[in-house]
Amino acid sequence: MLFLTAVGAITSLTVLLATALAVANKKLYVYEDPRIDIVEEMLPHANCGACGFPGCRPFAEALTKGNAQPALCTVSSGEERTQIAHFLGVDVGAAEKVVARLACAGGDNVARNHARYHGEQTCRAAARVAGGGKGCFWGCLGLGDCDVACDFDAIHMNAHGLPVVDEDLCTACGDCVEVCPKDLFSLHKQSHRLWVACSSLEAGDEILEDCEVACTACGRCEMDAPQGLITIRKNLPVVDYTRPHKTRKPIERCPTGAIVWIDEKSGPTKGPAAKKIIRKGTLRDAPT
Amino acid sequence: MRLLGTKTFRHGVHPPESKDETSGLPIRQFPFAPLLIIPLVQHMGAPSIPEVAEGQEVWRGQRIARADGFMSVSMHASASGVVRKIALAPSISGRMVPAVYLEPFPGSTQEVLDGTPCPLETSTPEEIIAAIQDAGVVGLGGAAFPTHAKLKVPEGKVVDTLIINGVECEPFLTTDHRVMLEQSDDVFMGIRYLLKVTGAEKVIIAVEANKPDAAAHLRERFPSDINGTVEVLEVKYPQGAEKMLFSALLGREVPSGGLPLDIQALCCNVATTAEIGRLLPKGRGIQERVITVTGPAVRRKGNYRIPIGTPLRFLLEYAGVAEDVNRVFLGGPMMGAAVSSLEISITKGTSGVTAFTDSAAERTHSQVYPCIRCGYCVDACPIFLDPALLGKLAANEEFSVMAEAHNLMDCFECGSCSFVCPSHIPLVQRFRASKAAVRKAAAHKAGAA
Repeated sequence: MLFLTAVGAITSLTVLLATALAVANKKLYVYEDPRIDIVEEMLPHANCGACGFPGCRPFAEALTKGNAQPALCTVSSGEERTQIAHFLGVDVGAAEKVVARLACAGGDNVARNHARYHGEQTCRAAARVAGGGKGCFWGCLGLGDCDVACDFDAIHMNAHGLPVVDEDLCTACGDCVEVCPKDLFSLHKQSHRLWVACSSLEAGDEILEDCEVACTACGRCEMDAPQGLITIRKNLPVVDYTRPHKTRKPIERCPTGAIVWIDEKSGPTKGPAAKKIIRKGTLRDAPT
Repeated sequence: MRLLGTKTFRHGVHPPESKDETSGLPIRQFPFAPLLIIPLVQHMGAPSIPEVAEGQEVWRGQRIARADGFMSVSMHASASGVVRKIALAPSISGRMVPAVYLEPFPGSTQEVLDGTPCPLETSTPEEIIAAIQDAGVVGLGGAAFPTHAKLKVPEGKVVDTLIINGVECEPFLTTDHRVMLEQSDDVFMGIRYLLKVTGAEKVIIAVEANKPDAAAHLRERFPSDINGTVEVLEVKYPQGAEKMLFSALLGREVPSGGLPLDIQALCCNVATTAEIGRLLPKGRGIQERVITVTGPAVRRKGNYRIPIGTPLRFLLEYAGVAEDVNRVFLGGPMMGAAVSSLEISITKGTSGVTAFTDSAAERTHSQVYPCIRCGYCVDACPIFLDPALLGKLAANEEFSVMAEAHNLMDCFECGSCSFVCPSHIPLVQRFRASKAAVRKAAAHKAGAA
């Protein structure tokens, strides 16, 4: 008898709760576009934030609502983007590929160290010790925080301790921009070929003692460029990318090669007047 | 808390003091360098605005830059000479900062141009605060926080106790020790000014037990018109941090993220106090400061009165360094900053210059081992943080967790945790980098909002 009461009680409780759940499911149902799940599945799951949304799910929501265009996702391939556009019946949209660019060219073959840094081997820690050992206070410290931070394997340190961005893999997520203590990375459209690979705010040839490829603010690029394209601000040339900038003219007379043309195939190219760097090894430390 | 008759705080470490070589040496005047580089940012806050032009001749003591707002101070020429240029110069913060390049005349004397005096009896507290700002006084203990900003007691707050910090717990440094012995009259004059400004009832001069001569000297000279005492504290690091002083002397704890004003107390370094007492009656500004030049690599160790803006290279050449000098610190070995360039110049915040040789700096070369959870750092941390946990979080770059859940921002980087760590984990360096990352993220957020 006791046994039957127990079974009966549990069964009735089960039926009761199941009914409550069934009713709640109907009454409290929130409609969600089923396409969101499908679109999210089609996205790369990188959650990098390059699209401007916090992650892939919010981006998928924005896509289905029509608040964003598939082209904003820089991680997925062109084919994947078209697929999403087809599925949603929208235009892919035009978004030019954006990549991270480094405003420094001072590898250890051209830039001197004033001090040897011992300690935690990260740029951010080194930058807190009097700015690190580099002679140029603005220059890349070369300890590779950006290499570690990059989730897409797009940044590698080259033989001279300078990060090199693989523009095909770069998704412009901005992690390297955030992590660099010297603020040397910035996001630029891939079509911006004219590039100032220096951040030194010093004018004059004195900086060449510390770095052979530094900008000396001589102003030749400003003179040679079409009117208004380049202006020297705070002793650095600033390129106005809103103007037509497909010209190699400004780099031609640069004496140090601080302003370069980033060629589609061969990468950064210096002008013919730039001092040739043939040194393969490390530049010795400055005498103290 | 009282142990064996001397007051102190809980936790802390005992690094070797290494003060004997310089503590007995009187303060000596330092010559002018051929070119003085006077940074316009020597304090926390806004850079000063230069008032001189290139090519202008200036007098020693003349004001060359004025304060830009309340969180800023004036600058004064440290020698009579010609302003060569106003350009960028390297600084210990790792950034290039604007600086006045001053070339002293070959025959520049030690004579100082006097300004408008600020007499103690007739000036109001507001006038004294303005005079302190105009004299360019900042915390000479090392943080270089503008002193007048600290002394301005806001409406509704009261200060009952003023603590004069003559602890100098940092190994190697003996500047405060010498100032207490040689400038006691200036110290007491400064205290009178500070008492008038803050309205505090009493003053406590805190001296560590390893300076019995200074404590005895101050007690002997203690003037009858000042209500206060000289307290001797146990020799322990970081006894000289103001939070530690409040807990040792008053038994009060500054709340997390709060100010000393929240516990009705103020703390002022003894050298700062002496400068206030020395400069204000004559209306002068800071053009030099007492600095201990010491360390195993220095030949002529000593306590020097060095003009602000003297480049390190000149300083070390004059004092003489060993062939195998390996690293140079501005400040002491615990809280000091390693310099990356000898073109960096002496600023108001520099309390010492310590140079080490290859053999003496051996420990920092050693390999880093994994954390063994021994808990030494937890026992050492004077503000009761958990450095072991914070260190792990820092290695995983969990900066926001460190700041929000584990009070990272309360860390004042005393270095006790790194000092005791048997695995040589550079804990304090990680915290420094983490704090910078947290501040950067906060600035980013503020900019985006």
